[in-house]
Amino acid sequence: MTSALSRTILICSGKGGVGKTTLTANLGVALARLGHRVTVLDADFGLRNLDLLLGLENRVIYNAQDLLADTCRLEQALVKHKQVPNLSLLPAGNSRMLEWITPEDMQRISTLLAERSDYVLIDAPAGVEKGFRNAAAAATEAIVVTNPEVSAVRDADRVIGLLGSLEITPTQLVLNRVRPRMMANQEMLTVDEVTDLLALPLLGLVVEDEQVIVSTNRGEPLTLRDNPCPAARAYHNVARRLSGEDVPLIDPTREPHGLGAKLLNKIRTSTGLS
Amino acid sequence: MTLLDFLNHLLGRQKPSGILARERLQLVLAHDRSAINPELLDQMRRDILEVVQRYVEIDLEGCDVSLETDHRMTALLANLPIKGSRPQPPASGSSAAAGDDADARRGPDGSAALSSGPEAMAAAPL
Repeated sequence: MTSALSRTILICSGKGGVGKTTLTANLGVALARLGHRVTVLDADFGLRNLDLLLGLENRVIYNAQDLLADTCRLEQALVKHKQVPNLSLLPAGNSRMLEWITPEDMQRISTLLAERSDYVLIDAPAGVEKGFRNAAAAATEAIVVTNPEVSAVRDADRVIGLLGSLEITPTQLVLNRVRPRMMANQEMLTVDEVTDLLALPLLGLVVEDEQVIVSTNRGEPLTLRDNPCPAARAYHNVARRLSGEDVPLIDPTREPHGLGAKLLNKIRTSTGLS
Repeated sequence: MTLLDFLNHLLGRQKPSGILARERLQLVLAHDRSAINPELLDQMRRDILEVVQRYVEIDLEGCDVSLETDHRMTALLANLPIKGSRPQPPASGSSAAAGDDADARRGPDGSAALSSGPEAMAAAPL
């Protein structure tokens, strides 16, 4: 596959802590497991974490800074995932890079990555300032991650406005940390309300799931295995939709969430059966 | 949800917080997107009322000028209940103080609707 068919996707949110890096890690693994060549780029130079969520932190030797300074070759800078060889990480440089890195630098890096990838996923930093703009400079499309919560939705709206002015299209939405029971009780913004407010097509819904924390503790993204937990299924579905498959969205408020369903899920999770 | 919240909810005294969140966001997003700050909106509200009052008598108590947003399109909505018309329309040429809102506009210029009747509603996309 040539670089012309490569897709460079910015994963951003405005607000911090909504699940950008978790989505990048899980989506990267899931796309690679679908057979695509994937490179994930940590563009959060101030607070890098993508290496940690992928469990690659002990294998980082070079980073984006060394690549730009020509002190290493691209193959040396990339950290290949052992269990998913199709997936590589380009780690972020240190926070001093923020002072001198330009949008052109980011474009140069992403062009290099696109030549050897079907998908380049860029994990953007929080905020709408220089770091975000640098990360966005290299992208041709975007995924906005948000939570059904007022501050996250407002910040997402700011980012969507900026993406529009940068002419990054398509831009799609992933709604993360959905609590179906609260939505059903109208104590949380519903899926329709968020998509109406932000006026973006919905790429995926991820319910709040304790397994996400467990997986980050281990440095093993949920999508690494055929994990039956709801968040893992949601991330796999995002990957399949992104690669063009028609996977229907399920209304989370209609999913079983009673004690029985919870018990069943617990059994599934602990036995690994689906 | 505490018991008191639940009772209030049952009695219809309190909206569920999800609904409240949506309503608050609709307002704040409209402001964010149009880049019109509250002071500017107040100024604009005063100017609009001044102009309209030169033509018709309006019920100042019932007036509402606000921003609303739908599908990334922000509109200025003015709901100005009319009590009656002024006996004499003003001479042409007199102009109201113009707000400096020109640079704050966003989106395409569109239609403005004005319906007659007891209440006049004007919507102008921003």
